[in-house]
Amino acid sequence: MWELHSVKKLQGDSTQLFIGLHLVHEVTSPQAFAALEEKNLNVLYPELTYATVDHIVPTINQKRPFLDPLAEEMLMTLEKNCIRHKIKLFNINSGNQGIVHVIAPETGLTQPGMTVVCGDSHTSTHGAFGAIAFGIGTSQVRDVLASQSLAINKLKVRRIWVEGALAQGVFAKDLILHVIRELGVKSGVGYAYEFAGPAIAKLSMEERMTICNMAIEAGARCGYINPDETTYTYLKGREYSPKGDDWEKAISWWRTLASNKDAVFDDEVIFDASQISPTITWGITPGQGIGIDESIPKKECLHPNDQQIADEAYCYMNLKPGQPIKGLPIDVCFIGSCTNGRLSDLQAAAKIAKNKKVAKGIKAFVVPGSERVANAAKKEGLDDVFKNAGFEWREPGCSMCLAMNPDRLEGNQISASSSNRNFKGRQGSAQGRTLLMSPAMVAAAAITGHVTDVRKMI
Amino acid sequence: MNNLIKFPKGSIKKVSGQCIVLRGDDIDTDRIIPARFLKCVNFDNLGDQVFADDRKERKGTHPFDVDINQGSSILIVNKNFGCGSSREHAPQALLRWGIKLIIGESFAEIFYGNCLSIGIPCARMSELNISKLQKEVEQGPQENYEFDITSKILRSKSQSWNTLMEKGASEILISGEWDATSLLISQKSKIKSIAKQIPYLNYFEFDID
Ligand code: SF4
Repeated sequence: MWELHSVKKLQGDSTQLFIGLHLVHEVTSPQAFAALEEKNLNVLYPELTYATVDHIVPTINQKRPFLDPLAEEMLMTLEKNCIRHKIKLFNINSGNQGIVHVIAPETGLTQPGMTVVCGDSHTSTHGAFGAIAFGIGTSQVRDVLASQSLAINKLKVRRIWVEGALAQGVFAKDLILHVIRELGVKSGVGYAYEFAGPAIAKLSMEERMTICNMAIEAGARCGYINPDETTYTYLKGREYSPKGDDWEKAISWWRTLASNKDAVFDDEVIFDASQISPTITWGITPGQGIGIDESIPKKECLHPNDQQIADEAYCYMNLKPGQPIKGLPIDVCFIGSCTNGRLSDLQAAAKIAKNKKVAKGIKAFVVPGSERVANAAKKEGLDDVFKNAGFEWREPGCSMCLAMNPDRLEGNQISASSSNRNFKGRQGSAQGRTLLMSPAMVAAAAITGHVTDVRKMI
Repeated sequence: MNNLIKFPKGSIKKVSGQCIVLRGDDIDTDRIIPARFLKCVNFDNLGDQVFADDRKERKGTHPFDVDINQGSSILIVNKNFGCGSSREHAPQALLRWGIKLIIGESFAEIFYGNCLSIGIPCARMSELNISKLQKEVEQGPQENYEFDITSKILRSKSQSWNTLMEKGASEILISGEWDATSLLISQKSKIKSIAKQIPYLNYFEFDID
């Protein structure tokens, strides 16, 4: 796949790589378009570039102009750039708008064998389809716009082999939080993480996307899963999937892509999915995760390399070593993001929320990952399930995953969040605290008002 | 402040200036530039907002606020600096504050690439040497240092430090090719011919070998 896309060998270990799909959003593109114009350049392949708006969109009132003039300016800039350069924009109310890593897969744009880039680190998500997919910076966005290619070093591959199967009440999110906990947030630097094995083979495409989405939180620039029948079944009939004769030809090409049985990896790690329990982060990096039955780790039990950041986390999170995580009171519950804002995530959360009520004093809200997800969820009546339980049902976007819109924590509020990052200040308040967990666990926390083992609620 | 900053351009062979020490592992891009400042269509104001939340928390004692560090251009950090998001706002914010070179134990990969693509070299040193260098700088913050990209040596009046830097990175800094756009575009005909071979752009016609 790498060779197929190689344009030229560059200095050092670098290769000029052709990009098959370039996704663009409002936050990392304006400076890139501006730089292009400064250099008097055009977009080389506008037909391989698709844009959406996700990070800054308000989720309550989406009437234009947006109430926030900065947000409005960002969307207007994107609209203008897309018109000028003839790029397809999935705008609000187009039926296709949503978080960039949700919409490209669900419209069939993301396919096996492609090279996919976007000015966003969670582009690793698209690797779930057997694509080479990675996040890039704004200068590289400019480069890809101008040349449909970029300079990149080849990555080493670490295979994460997962035996067994996930137990009931344990989800893809728990699996990946567990992997990051075990391997750490830096181990993936220089690697692509290929996930494989019986437990991965059993996962749906949406679950696989959750896994690859968070590969970046382990430091790996790409996540990757070999395409298989699950992949093809998912893609069949989607808007941008190959049609008619092309479909059969596509499948036969895709079948040639899977890394073969005796492929050699730079490294391999083995996990057993059946040993994993609902996993949740207690600290300020996604690697600070523990099982629901565990306590906040004591400093002396941690690897010396992890002790300093643990100290910082105890203090910032206001948690004591040795304190159980279960029962910890929560203020805000957020279900959404490119990690867990897809239909199956909402279904899993709705199952827990059905015929129950959000605990008193808790603010709980659901932000579907895209307009398609929202519509599909409404068709099943999930919006009503949530609303009846006391959740707010919002319009699609990134929302409180990074709080660039009005959805944010206040003061030192603590959130149960289905998103991917628990960095200090990530959810909009400089003292805000985030516990990452699966959407079902978030729903369980919303109902009980504290961190709860969702397995007891199934 | 912005009009005083000279942006890197063309060949970069040497960087010199005062050092500034920022201690801590895993300093992520959200800390370098908190997400609420990303609502902008250009990078111009990011320099003032770099480390905004950390600085507020430390009420004037943050290295980026301390008087003696104003005007410093070489940032000395620890492990996994710049982890987190791919946004270039983080190195852009550092650049606009005045940082021209970063030396640390290790860097997050996308951040490293982003730095390179805007002309900020990132060089590595061992944990031990970083800690020695950090101490040296803290004891004499006004000392001038010079970093030579070719030899990868950082020199003060009294000391010299060897650093590690990928060969490819130092080569493109020296040649000026870190500004990649023109280099990439020069391959236009090759790019077009690759596009004609890629199955998914050509109705999935392909040869099985
Ligand atoms: S949902 Fe969060 S992680 Fe995903 S693209 Fe949006 S801001 Fe980034």
